[in-house]
Amino acid sequence: MALRDIKARIDSTKKTMQITKAMEMVSAAKLNRAEQNAKSFGPYVDKIQEVVGSIASGSNAKHSMLLTRPVKKTGYFVVTADRGLAGAYNSNVLRHVYRTIQQRHKSPDEYALIVIGKVGVNFFKSRKMSILDSITGVADQPSFAEIKAIASKAVSLYADGTFDELYMYYNHFVSAIQSDLTEKKLLPLTDIAETKSKSSYEYEPSEDEILEVLLPQYAESLIYGALLDAKAAEHASRMTAMRNATDNANELIGQLTLSYNRERQAAITQEITEIVGGVAALE
Amino acid sequence: MKTIQVSVVTPDGPVFEGNAKMVSAKAKSGELGVLPGHIPLVAPLTISAVRVHDVDGKTQYVAVSGGFIEVRPEKVTILAEAAEIAGDIEVDRARAAKERAEKRLAGNKQDNVDATRAEFALKRAINRIDIASKR
Repeated sequence: MALRDIKARIDSTKKTMQITKAMEMVSAAKLNRAEQNAKSFGPYVDKIQEVVGSIASGSNAKHSMLLTRPVKKTGYFVVTADRGLAGAYNSNVLRHVYRTIQQRHKSPDEYALIVIGKVGVNFFKSRKMSILDSITGVADQPSFAEIKAIASKAVSLYADGTFDELYMYYNHFVSAIQSDLTEKKLLPLTDIAETKSKSSYEYEPSEDEILEVLLPQYAESLIYGALLDAKAAEHASRMTAMRNATDNANELIGQLTLSYNRERQAAITQEITEIVGGVAALE
Repeated sequence: MKTIQVSVVTPDGPVFEGNAKMVSAKAKSGELGVLPGHIPLVAPLTISAVRVHDVDGKTQYVAVSGGFIEVRPEKVTILAEAAEIAGDIEVDRARAAKERAEKRLAGNKQDNVDATRAEFALKRAINRIDIASKR
């Protein structure tokens, strides 16, 4: 390769590295915020879980959201990102959901999809799978109000019998370098931890009416919690992907610089040989 | 004097934490006053103001958009999808929300789902404007 070409490649790689480095830092900052959001959401979901648990365990409360019914149609709630450049973040979830659906269902009438994120929407569209509802352009730090519409739609679709169970798929944030693909059965709410709370509550006006308010709110908060978790995982995996890209770019620049120097040295040596040869010919 | 711990929690984080000698709220079944030592209770709330009467005799107003109240002898927790302390309410935004909801209500009478939603939004906005005037 000519000297000039190598130089050009080094320059362009350096520029790419600058971008990936900046993106890494941006994602790191966003990850920080996302972790904080998840933390401030904690008390809310803990409390609501406690109350739901104590009502559900306390009595013979029966609510449609607590009861398992024969499954004719399954709902899938899939959380992806709006953008790529996040390593295997999106493909992990999508591949798994796609396979699961292929295995479990024979006809498209047996499942319904609710999708968050542009990547997921495009994925299912290109495979001609119909999407019941979707939301794209979710902020990096989503507020509850933003998610409320799609969450309550998912819950009401279960309530009115459009589907009989609802699974949620997202990446669970473990650490900055690890996130686990999670499948969670959201509805019916079968795995409510029975808390052994000391206080048995009085219910005003009645248990059933409280469940009517409480359970949808609980299910919606679970969806929101999962989304916060997924956002943290997204920022983390984008950060890791960008760090890897930066490292690769660094390595590449090293190699290119080495061959650039070699090439330059060869050119100089050749020039000297030519001059020496020329002088010898004159003598 | 005996006091009771009060916290108002939303999915976006805690909104209010403090001690009070009495908390009053508007439950679906009617007005509710909670003093320290109240028996454990759970009740759904309406879109309304929660009033926290603190030890100095002052009253704090917190706008809540429904949710429910959980009472224990020493602690009151209010879980709402959205809540704001009177002082934090942006009146302009609440007014804008009110106008939006009114327009939507006037605009379509046929779509039931949208109408109910707009009605709720209107209630919330009016509630916030009301409470903001009390700070």
